[in-house]
Amino acid sequence: MKIIVCIKRVIDYNVRVQINREGDGVVTDGVKMSVNPFDEIAVEEALRIRERGEAEEVIAVSVGTSQSQQQLRTALAMGADRAILIETDDDMQPLVVARVFQKLVEREKPGLVLMGKQAIDDDANQTGQMLAALWNRPQATSASKLELTGDSARATREVDAGLEVIEFDLPAVVTTDLRLNEPRFVKMPDIMKAKRKPMETIALSELSIDLPTQLAQSNYEPPPERQAGRIVDSVEELVAALREKGVV
Amino acid sequence: MTERDVMEYDVVVVGAGPAGLACAIRLKQRNDALNVCILEKASEIGQHALSGAVVEPEALDELMPSWRDNPPEICVPAKKDEFLFLTKKRAIRFMNPPQMHNKGNYILSLGGLCRQLAGYAEESGIDLFAGFSGTEVLFGESNNVIGVRCGDMGVAHDGSQGPNYTPGVDIHAKYTVLAEGCRGNLSKQLIAHYGLDADRSPQTYGIGFKELWRLPEGRVNPGLIRHTMGWPLDRAIYGGSFLYHLDEDRVYIGFVAGLDYRDPSFSPFEAFQQYKHHPSVQPLLQDGEILSAGSRSLIEGGFQSLPKLDMPGALLIGDAGGTLNVPKIKGVHMALGCGMSAADHLADRDTTAGFDEVFRASARGRELHKVRNIRPGFRHGMWRGLVNAGLETVTLGKMPWTLKNEADWSSLKKLSPRDTTEQPYVTRTLPPRDRLASVYYSTIAHDEDQPVHLKVRDTSICATRCAQEYDNPCTRFCPANVYEMVDDGADGKRLQINAANCVHCKVCDIKDPYEIIDWVPPEGGSGPNYQNL
Ligand SMILES: Cc1cc2nc3c(=O)[nH]c(=O)nc-3n(C[C@H](O)[C@H](O)[C@H](O)COP(=O)(O)OP(=O)(O)OC[C@H]3O[C@@H](n4cnc5c(N)ncnc54)[C@H](O)[C@@H]3O)c2cc1C
Ligand code: SF4
Repeated sequence: MKIIVCIKRVIDYNVRVQINREGDGVVTDGVKMSVNPFDEIAVEEALRIRERGEAEEVIAVSVGTSQSQQQLRTALAMGADRAILIETDDDMQPLVVARVFQKLVEREKPGLVLMGKQAIDDDANQTGQMLAALWNRPQATSASKLELTGDSARATREVDAGLEVIEFDLPAVVTTDLRLNEPRFVKMPDIMKAKRKPMETIALSELSIDLPTQLAQSNYEPPPERQAGRIVDSVEELVAALREKGVV
Repeated sequence: MTERDVMEYDVVVVGAGPAGLACAIRLKQRNDALNVCILEKASEIGQHALSGAVVEPEALDELMPSWRDNPPEICVPAKKDEFLFLTKKRAIRFMNPPQMHNKGNYILSLGGLCRQLAGYAEESGIDLFAGFSGTEVLFGESNNVIGVRCGDMGVAHDGSQGPNYTPGVDIHAKYTVLAEGCRGNLSKQLIAHYGLDADRSPQTYGIGFKELWRLPEGRVNPGLIRHTMGWPLDRAIYGGSFLYHLDEDRVYIGFVAGLDYRDPSFSPFEAFQQYKHHPSVQPLLQDGEILSAGSRSLIEGGFQSLPKLDMPGALLIGDAGGTLNVPKIKGVHMALGCGMSAADHLADRDTTAGFDEVFRASARGRELHKVRNIRPGFRHGMWRGLVNAGLETVTLGKMPWTLKNEADWSSLKKLSPRDTTEQPYVTRTLPPRDRLASVYYSTIAHDEDQPVHLKVRDTSICATRCAQEYDNPCTRFCPANVYEMVDDGADGKRLQINAANCVHCKVCDIKDPYEIIDWVPPEGGSGPNYQNL
């Protein structure tokens, strides 16, 4: 079985994201970029499945600029077997990305597609679901545990009410949650090995996908600054303060 | 014993600053067959780089003649120099000292420059390992350096091996080049191990702060360079500010203070923040926004404190040795130049022996010799320092003497009961409010579940002897509020170390008056992520 893992290059979670001077985007100059942390968990999960002998090949794929090769190299250094970059300089929205993955899935015929439940930049939480629908296969989103048993799989999902366990047939799309695993550290010799692993680059235009833009971004603004809090001494004072604000 | 992978190289370079990158690149230019790797503790190249940086371009032109075609993210030609003396209320224009003429130089982001050099290095076939620290020196049978060990990953807070524990690799190399910058952890060990500083003047340092601001439209004058001395430093402290106007409504603003200061109640961070509120500065920054901030020590001992740069199997280059030209506060061209000389030496002679003499006799070594007496002249206060500096400059450093430095840890005077710790400071309104707020602009990554990397050998004196003698100066000199004295629950105090705030400036390792703090690298990839500092 092949596993496809989808990864996205995002601004590192430690970075304080800033809006650019023009107000039409965020600052990326000199800013640290990383593999979306949920996708890193997906890579780790795929590697563990392969290491258990339940899959033969792990393919890391990404849609983005040529710089996304860096993140694909990280996946290769973690242990993925090969990588495919669908290269584009355009801003990508979930439906387009899902369509790209659909093409790759048709070509590679994987038994499992893994990706993060969402990317920490736009927090859309849509691509996995859209891919499952386009591909017409089952989906298990926000998985915190995943077990494969031949042609089917069982996933534990984190839902509002607690944990939900679902069983589904493979091939399927599984999106990962934080508690699924803790990704390994990359080792230096593996960084060297990753340099020699195959990385295929395909221009987005070659896939002949029609690219409707669903959303137009008009401008960016920082959230309003939070007002300083105030400590009150008694319930009466609290009630009075709330009245004053007009909330009760 | 832990099983470790071993990797073999011809040359391993520790530290991807200008010195290390220049050395590696030059080695490949000289002999493409060499296997060269660079270790860098930052998660990506350039993320720990912090400098002014007004850079003299000659060394860069020599290393990478095409650098202007694809310049670093911030690169503004220097246009005009100003030198001011500040009193609390006024700014008095002084004649610009000759070493501060910057025509032909560029204001750069050192991080951007390192990224640019790293791209070039990678294309030349150098293996770059970002996110890996050198934590130990490996010695051979004849007491020679045979390589370095990289830090383990996944060690828990209590020192046990976590589920993802990954032992660090041993890198064996014919030559090890230490390019760790100011106060490198391995360099410090090697200087002590081989006595490389025997019969040298003690080393001396400074602390530097820097912020990148974006200002309301129309305030900046790209290429304007302004340095000040004076307020808020009293005359006993060597230091001053820098303010560099960039493009896109941005400025670099920073402050440097000599770590040979004597008053234990002095807070360098507060001095920098006070300076920003001087009437000649505040209106510029008002309503602007900080993009990035950080702090780093500088090595100021100069020629007479420069340790021997070679030892069996290894070399010290750049600020790992201490090649900064202090009166100019310029070390980037020196680091690049020293790195290239080291590479040429290894390529020409295939030995580390003799590099120290070669460097001292080189143009850059002579440049350091010429200015050797300027910084120590400030030991006796600013005015005498300035007069001495003028004298040394007109005589081109030909005075027959060499002034001595003193170790910074030994310079603090003990508090006497009469001392007040009150300083005549103004109320501040510009961000950051305090050191914690400032750390926020350094975007630190640090997994809390790892051993504390600030090794204080004896914490029993913190609440007793140190509190009495110096009122715990670590709580003030650390720019990131890592050291705090907190209630110990039994009516006393104890030291708390907030290791996750550390910006790797190394000041505690230098200034602690009992010499009991050792800075060791935390897990690779930890520390600040400076954005274009
Ligand atoms: C506030 C300030 C202002 C300055 N202004 C100027 C200026 O205007 N012009 C100028 O020319 N110079 C200036 N300098 C000096 C200049 O920045 C330094 O001289 C120069 O950066 C030294 O280069 P380097 O390569 O020796 O060390 P660094 O630039 O310090 O690089 C060392 C690198 O090694 C890494 N490292 C350290 N230890 C390890 C380890 N054990 N394992 C792995 N990696 C490690 C560090 O993370 C770092 O990336 C300034 C310095 C400061 C602090
Ligand atoms: S703990 Fe030491 S090295 Fe870290 S920020 Fe504070 S003074 Fe600098």
